[in-house]
Amino acid sequence: MLTLKQKRSLQSLLVGCAAWLIAGLIFFPIFWMVLTSFKTELAAFATPPQFIFTPTLENYLHINDRSDYFSYAWNSVLISFAATALCMLVAVPAAYSMAFFETKRTKGTLLWMLSTKMLPPVGVLMPIYLICKSLGMLDSRLALIVIYTLINLPIVIWMVYTYFKDIPVDILEAARLDGATTLQEISRVLLPIARGGLASTMLLSLILCWNEAFWSLNLTSSAAAPLTALVASYSSPEGLFWAKLSAVSTLACAPILILGWISQKQLVRGLSFGAVK
Amino acid sequence: MADLKVRNLKKAFEGFSIIKGIDLDIHDREFVVFVGPSGCGKSTLLRLIAGLEDVSSGNIELDGKDITEVAPAKRDLAMVFQTYALYPHMTVRKNLSFGLDLSGAPKQEVKDKVENAARILELDPLLERKPKQLSGGQRQRVAIGRAIVRNPKIFLFDEPLSNLDAALRVQMRLELARLHQDLQATMIYVTHDQVEAMTLATKVVVLNSGRVEQVGSPLELYHHPANLFVAGFLGTPTMGFLTGNLGQTAANACEVKLDARANISLPLATALAPGSKVTLGIRPEHINIVPAGEGLLSVTADVSERLGSDTYCHVRSQSGEMLTVRVRGDFAPKFGETLDLSFDTAHCHLFDDSGKAIDKRIQSAA
Repeated sequence: MLTLKQKRSLQSLLVGCAAWLIAGLIFFPIFWMVLTSFKTELAAFATPPQFIFTPTLENYLHINDRSDYFSYAWNSVLISFAATALCMLVAVPAAYSMAFFETKRTKGTLLWMLSTKMLPPVGVLMPIYLICKSLGMLDSRLALIVIYTLINLPIVIWMVYTYFKDIPVDILEAARLDGATTLQEISRVLLPIARGGLASTMLLSLILCWNEAFWSLNLTSSAAAPLTALVASYSSPEGLFWAKLSAVSTLACAPILILGWISQKQLVRGLSFGAVK
Repeated sequence: MADLKVRNLKKAFEGFSIIKGIDLDIHDREFVVFVGPSGCGKSTLLRLIAGLEDVSSGNIELDGKDITEVAPAKRDLAMVFQTYALYPHMTVRKNLSFGLDLSGAPKQEVKDKVENAARILELDPLLERKPKQLSGGQRQRVAIGRAIVRNPKIFLFDEPLSNLDAALRVQMRLELARLHQDLQATMIYVTHDQVEAMTLATKVVVLNSGRVEQVGSPLELYHHPANLFVAGFLGTPTMGFLTGNLGQTAANACEVKLDARANISLPLATALAPGSKVTLGIRPEHINIVPAGEGLLSVTADVSERLGSDTYCHVRSQSGEMLTVRVRGDFAPKFGETLDLSFDTAHCHLFDDSGKAIDKRIQSAA
């Protein structure tokens, strides 16, 4: 028979192993992508897969020759940040009124907003494509900014709403009695208190915009094309070149991964937000 | 100066009436305590005065000016919340100065006022700390300090001590009483704790389901409750009640035939007809245990609570009604023992069928 102490350490060992296994499963594709990007095309196809090989930068050099990476990256940055900023601009007042001035219809409104996410995007591809065409907004950054703002808005409002819900309304009422206007109440009390949550919401929105491919592939071609379009351009016409595709994917992921890494602290604080009370 | 008048104030939430028509006068420098059981509307009444809730009807006047529709920020009131409601991202100094900063007061004036408040509340060494680095009592003091720096016409307190532990509560209660003396300010204080109401107030407002039951000084309410509700609500342990019928009445005396098989003659005048249903109320300190055969009422001892200085004996009358008797701390009857009680008739209260007090003083006033 195991003692209680032994049982507990066995349990934590098993949980630890499971956690590592899951983390490994999630991380492996990214690891394999980065690894493949440093292989020759031949090594990338090899069976059994090679773990040990002579690394090469030829894929990256090829990409640099063939396409203007920075123009795509700049589009991605511009579109993601602008859409996120616009999203926050709408989401903060919306979440403020729903979290602190709840009415009978608040819950319904929140659910309705979320329900718009259930519509498959391809279902509205035609009308949106035609609208963009007649407005002359095909292959324009503005079109993507507006569309990304709208598709992320429900999730962003929900997230900001839950963070605001955690803030005791007394604090805002105290500010009101201290003479704060609604704008001062939001800017000087609410936003600083919720900054951790807002930071993680913004990061999520950035990631979602950065990785969005459906609309960018359908509505842009070159001038406004973000990194997702660049990645896609490496997939079909000339056949599948795994190493080059991996290299371009690595380049597309890198900026957002680095951003996530830097803002890790904010993110954790955002997720463990309840501690302000 | 701060004179507050509340006239026929009503408040309903989604069709439910919470405040059902309240009239109230609060004068300069009074310490007014709203007390009542939970859900009686006392906090709502305070929030209506603060402007945090919109009134359904009626009006609120401050120094002759109607402030019913004035925004909370413009009412010149300061509020201390039960949860302290400190700004967690600001230091104590910023918490104290926030209101003044918003109003655009000169920097030196803000600094002086903040330091003055910090000195009064002994917060000087804590000015650069964040709220989370403070204890509950310190946080409460910062919340009070935030009100002081604004030099408001009226201080509003919403159950400010309920989140503190018992020892700290007693200490803060004393500090609040001292603060009222020092500042000579008008204060409105909401609590469900009748000890706070009795010790702090110059005027107590007893509320029950959205109505005012009685207004008066703490001792006035204690000694002359206007009805059964006030009588039962104020005082620990609570007043004991015995039902009965009115017997013979005279100009300044009446006889009560208690259901607990006893007759008692009280020095009270009443216009009620003999035979009317009445309730007799008596506080634990006005009941005495006397030798067998000499008492008015024979009861059976239930459990006793020994506090050291006093013992509270809970006893059951022959009609099944419970009474509490306060006796010396070294005395405790055995469970089930038969005891004889005598009542201090000058301190007995009598209530009619509707719960209203039958009281010489009230009758002569009416």
